Amino acid sequence: MKPIVKIESVGQEFPTRAGRFVALRDINLAISPGEVVALIGHSGCGKSTLLNLIAGLTRATHGVLLCDNREITGPGPERAVVFQNHSLLPWMTCSENVMLAVERVFGRKEGKAKLTARVVAALEMVHMEHALDKYPHEISGGMKQRVGIARAFAMEPRILLMDEPFGALDALTRASLQDELNGVLAKTGATVVMVTHDVDEAVLLSDRIVMMTNGPAATIGEIVTVDLPRPRDRLALAEDSRFAAYRATVFEFLYRKQLKKVA
Amino acid sequence: MSAVIAFKNVESMQVAEADVMAILPTQAAVSPAPTLMEHAPSAQEDSPALGREPGRGQRLVRGARELAKSVVPPLLGIALLLGIWALFSVKNNSIPGPMQTWDAAAKLFADPFYRNGPNDQGIGWNVLSSLQRVGIGFGFAALVGIPVGFMLGRFKFMNRMFDPVISLLRPVSPLAWLPIGLLVFQRADPAATWTIFICSIWPMILNTAEGVRRVPQDYLNVARVLGLSEDKVITRILFPAVLPYMLTGIRLSIGTAWLVIVAAEMLTGGVGIGFWVWDEWNSLKVEHIIIAIFVIGVVGFALEQMLLLLAKRFTYESR
Ligand SMILES: Nc1ncnc2c1ncn2[C@@H]1O[C@H](COP(=O)(O)OP(=O)(O)OP(=O)(O)O)[C@@H](O)[C@H]1O
Ligand SMILES: [Mg+2]
Repeated sequence: MKPIVKIESVGQEFPTRAGRFVALRDINLAISPGEVVALIGHSGCGKSTLLNLIAGLTRATHGVLLCDNREITGPGPERAVVFQNHSLLPWMTCSENVMLAVERVFGRKEGKAKLTARVVAALEMVHMEHALDKYPHEISGGMKQRVGIARAFAMEPRILLMDEPFGALDALTRASLQDELNGVLAKTGATVVMVTHDVDEAVLLSDRIVMMTNGPAATIGEIVTVDLPRPRDRLALAEDSRFAAYRATVFEFLYRKQLKKVA
Repeated sequence: MSAVIAFKNVESMQVAEADVMAILPTQAAVSPAPTLMEHAPSAQEDSPALGREPGRGQRLVRGARELAKSVVPPLLGIALLLGIWALFSVKNNSIPGPMQTWDAAAKLFADPFYRNGPNDQGIGWNVLSSLQRVGIGFGFAALVGIPVGFMLGRFKFMNRMFDPVISLLRPVSPLAWLPIGLLVFQRADPAATWTIFICSIWPMILNTAEGVRRVPQDYLNVARVLGLSEDKVITRILFPAVLPYMLTGIRLSIGTAWLVIVAAEMLTGGVGIGFWVWDEWNSLKVEHIIIAIFVIGVVGFALEQMLLLLAKRFTYESR
């Protein structure tokens, strides 16, 4: 299949007071439509930097990124982002937050009623229909994250970019959101690039796990293809030996080959 | 003269960093909350180990104690002020005591809205015309200052361009601008308004610009990812994010304006609380001057409280 996103010898440098800081070098990756890719690596290796490049929020200093064979020069509605800290606008209710995205993408073609229906459907998908008129500070952290995901999905993006979407959540909320996400992905068939710190999450959700070496000048170390059938059931997988093997491979990379020296 | 006092006060009216920080919508921290447990009955609610609800009587006592805590100290402070004042007036015959002033105030406030010609009007009219001048001068300052603040915050070039100008003009007492106003407008009234305009504009510009600069990058990223149009970015993201800072600017501006108007009116005459103070001084009605001091204080306090309330309404976290 033709890749939907192509990253070709991409490098990223940042000007700092101590000179140029090379964050990423020589990244090559092709992502197929409908694929779920997890980016994993130690803190500070450049996962967010890479995701921001795909999102078009920053421009690479070396190489090119392509989306549908066209160079990525800025953000676009076909690439929705779920931010690490949800980034809901605090002066808008949950439904208004989602509406902002829906209006932008569908506002020209559809009437008010249709747009509202889209907002409600998106929030229902993450089981947040009870919070339509609540403000972000009135709901819990996990709920905010879900609204953030609903906002991204409501745009019906072809590519969903998620930066540690469940990073700040407790294990229970995280598990239920992961299951919700798996369900939603099965329904929509979106392409996903997801940054995560959580090895179990990476194996559970993704088709490929891209493991990054430590920075500075981080690059892709290894790629594991997760060949587990979908839908994936967390309880069944817990006893599956293949799941354990994938898990072990990632741990091996992170904690033997790329052990982060903590000063 | 009074101009010196006003000058000092104006100088201290910089962008109050602390104020700005206090109302800054903090980046919402994600607090972990187990959604799976949401509807599970809480074991703690009906646990007898937690002790009983306090009884009615107990609650009443506690309420009374809270009330006493919040009411007694301010009353003590005011009593102390009155005490010192009374003592002072006993030692110094030219200063009327609290009782004497109270009597005068009772007479004065019996008819605050009389009119005997242009130079003899009730204290109500004087306060209102001062407030009107502050309102107009401040309104123009907001009209100019807020857009300018937005530009300075948005465009680095503009900021660098105007920075020296503002740094140079801001520490100047607004009263120094009064003669220019008199010269340009040829009349006292618009000249006083002009002075208010000048002193109100700096906090508006600086706070608005600071607010724009501090709009969290996350919000701007949301705007970019959604691909919002420039007018949507301004109305849906920048404006609400900057609003709390703008309100701080407005509060500082109005506070300064209220300080300055008294001095400006003393110099220009006409109708107004500042002019009234000067008039009463000329006819040596010292108790009226003391009353005016209280009135100016109360009005200033009321303005400040109103704006604080408004600011609270637009602080997103606590609403
Ligand atoms: N704008 C910038 N200017 C300078 N250095 C930067 C900038 N952005 C990121 N870096 C550096 O690039 C490196 C990678 O940062 P990045 O945020 O991508 O890490 P990360 O893998 O997402 O880490 P984490 O898992 O902790 O979120 C870090 O060393 C960081 O200090
Ligand atoms: Mg990151």
